[in-house]
Amino acid sequence: MTGSGILKGMAVTARNFIGSYFDKERLTTIQYPEERRTVPEAARNFPFLVYDGNDAESGLRCVACKICEKECPPQCIYITKSTDKKPDYMKKPQFYPAVFDIDISVCMSCQICVEVCPFEAIKMDQVFELSSRDRFDALMLGKSDLSKSNTYYHGIHPTEAAQVDGALAEAAAAKKKPV
Amino acid sequence: MTSRLEGETLQISMGPQHPSTHGVFRMNVALDGEVVTKLKPVFGYLHRNHEKIGENASYLGSMPYTDRLDYFCSMTNNWAYALSVEKLAGIDVPERAEYLRVILAELTRLQNHVSLLGFLLSDMGAWGTPLMYAFREREKILDLFESLSGARMMCNYMRFGGCRCDTPQGWIESAKKIVAEFPRFLDEFDQLIVSNEILLARTQGIGKLSADLAISAGITGPMLRASGVNYDIRKVDGYGIYPRFKFRVPLGDHGDCYDRLMMRVLELRESLDILKPALNEIPAGPVINPKVKIRSFRPPAGEAYGRIEAPKGELGFYLISDGGTNPYRYRVRPPSFVNLTILEDLCLGHTVADVMVILGSIDIVLGEVDR
Repeated sequence: MTGSGILKGMAVTARNFIGSYFDKERLTTIQYPEERRTVPEAARNFPFLVYDGNDAESGLRCVACKICEKECPPQCIYITKSTDKKPDYMKKPQFYPAVFDIDISVCMSCQICVEVCPFEAIKMDQVFELSSRDRFDALMLGKSDLSKSNTYYHGIHPTEAAQVDGALAEAAAAKKKPV
Repeated sequence: MTSRLEGETLQISMGPQHPSTHGVFRMNVALDGEVVTKLKPVFGYLHRNHEKIGENASYLGSMPYTDRLDYFCSMTNNWAYALSVEKLAGIDVPERAEYLRVILAELTRLQNHVSLLGFLLSDMGAWGTPLMYAFREREKILDLFESLSGARMMCNYMRFGGCRCDTPQGWIESAKKIVAEFPRFLDEFDQLIVSNEILLARTQGIGKLSADLAISAGITGPMLRASGVNYDIRKVDGYGIYPRFKFRVPLGDHGDCYDRLMMRVLELRESLDILKPALNEIPAGPVINPKVKIRSFRPPAGEAYGRIEAPKGELGFYLISDGGTNPYRYRVRPPSFVNLTILEDLCLGHTVADVMVILGSIDIVLGEVDR
């Protein structure tokens, strides 16, 4: 019968419409600013710099080796190496970044900087509400905006952070052993 | 005796802002009344120098850019590129990573085909409802991608010699649940559209593509199979571990829009047949070959072409290496671009309203067409 296909389709629509009042499965919309879904642990947005301890200046793991700057596909990282050295987390004197800027209007959240970093110094953040009326300065994050503590890192990626801490402790123990 | 009123042909420009052109795509159409007499596709609005960037970036640095080719199917794009580099450098992939790749590629096929069905119906005037039902299902798969790779669409997940990270706790179980619930959606969708008289009238006999023309134009993917040519790279090449899975290749009869639409519906069911055993059999183990260097990766000089059956057709990457850190030549063979070349032949003699349906049934993504 002509029109039976259309009626069948209408029945499906009606079932979904009425069902949405009773069945949570069929009502999938989340009313975003009021309701929020939890972000999965793996979620990534923009990079940040990890520091150990409480002081962002002395605890910064980054040694300004500039590998991430070189490997970054859209070239959004700008680093200036320091002229002096400061002790790092293994008490070894190291360079540190005098300037570390990330232009997050260019960054494409690919996390290649995280993968290439040999010092576990740069990790991916989960902050996504970053809209601003200023296209330029507000989206250019400097060293102080980027530095976040290891505790914060444990808060957002607990599994990954625990692995990283384990690997770092192992490396430090291997260094201390007399040869 | 009435003499026919002869008028001039009318030139109109459809797009690039037309919502049914699936992105920024323009067609210069010559119309005689309502019938298309000439059609010239104009594209390049989304050109962003993908291949040249690929030649200047490191091998790993091109991986996130491949996500942005066909932004619906970043996982299959990643796989095609990783496959070419693995061919070039002769890298082995661990067993678990091979399984993960198959699972992710088939999940990608699911979400690509459901969103295509939604968009196609939206083009035909079924505004909103089927599209939203399709997106509801797609959303579940995107959530899976997000919990695995960290991003919903720009996954950047596969690496040379495997995958970037292992699955988080409970991922396989939630994937199994989604795969088990998927047929329910397909049955509902069948009821919603497949016997709908308006859909049949709009698609049957529209935009016929003969098998000979399809082969000589280099059409691949569901569009080729809708014309009755049995050619699926998963079967022909048997890349990855596809030979281990039992699945059928659906074939069309007429090569019209209806066949192309049904081809997607049938392929969804076949993808589920691959996913179920793959999710049950996935072994434990490493997900990446530890011998592959992350920094300063240099494959030996040579050339390689790796191709896979992406949801839209044959996606291939051709790479020439001169032994350096970046490829000497980097070329993409995108399925949507090649499938789009046939557009004029399909549209001639049809009305302007059918052009949108034909274009929708080809399944293009402009990120891949323009590169």
